[in-house]
Amino acid sequence: MSLIRYQTPSSVMWPSLNRWANLRDDLDTLLELPFLSGGARQEQLFTGWTPALDLYQNNDNVVAVVELPGMRKEDIEISLHDGTLTIGGERKAQSGGNGESATRTERFTGKFRRSITLPTRVDANKVNATYKDGILTVTLPKAEEAKPKQIQVDVS
Amino acid sequence: MNTLVRENRSGTSNGERAEEQFIAPAATVLENADGYTLEVEMPGVSKDTLEMWVENNELTILGRRSLPAVEGTLLHRESRPENFRRTFELDPSIDAEKISAKIEQGVVSLTLLKAEQVKPRKITVG
Repeated sequence: MSLIRYQTPSSVMWPSLNRWANLRDDLDTLLELPFLSGGARQEQLFTGWTPALDLYQNNDNVVAVVELPGMRKEDIEISLHDGTLTIGGERKAQSGGNGESATRTERFTGKFRRSITLPTRVDANKVNATYKDGILTVTLPKAEEAKPKQIQVDVS
Repeated sequence: MNTLVRENRSGTSNGERAEEQFIAPAATVLENADGYTLEVEMPGVSKDTLEMWVENNELTILGRRSLPAVEGTLLHRESRPENFRRTFELDPSIDAEKISAKIEQGVVSLTLLKAEQVKPRKITVG
């Protein structure tokens, strides 16, 4: 069985007293990086948290699916401006305080922001978002003029 | 005492699904006087698709993802289809009988308590 690293521990970025404890893991991560496919994971090492985002399109909607484990619903911000969808927010540390010390820190805490240019115009007033099991699904109905239309050919 | 809830990187020997590929989820380990809190990120995993077991002093967490089914064509993909699996070696001080877990919005939180005899105890001079 082989294990593929899912997310790069972002502790390199975040000054913490425990960074030395994680140094070995970070070195391991660097060695593993070339085997990962796609650029997003590599970027993550330098930019903090880049939640994975999938984008779908069908006749009526554009749908964005974003992995945001462990957020509070009210800490997720979704905005739409000039055909660009921006998803941002802040993940606060759930635990901590009362004499706890971290022996391993791979989960990202702090602010993040992702923007994606939408392939078509959407109706900003009908955007709908749901958050379940740490996955945010944003459904953006296409604007009427962007929907595919069947054109009848009249035979005269 | 060393800092141990340590990850076992070698994987487990008894892999009945040896051909299946898993991804190792990000984890954070916090220690306090009573024990450890382990937080593991598993987006798309719910209570029903999460399995955890302790064997040979190793804790394995396996989560199967059920991603929202979206109709249409995929334009851009960053998520990975594999399920999550990660094994941690338990410090001998942890009472394996008293591990409790919950899952909330794709994050599994486990509470691992230290056995009574290893908790710090104040000794007063009589």
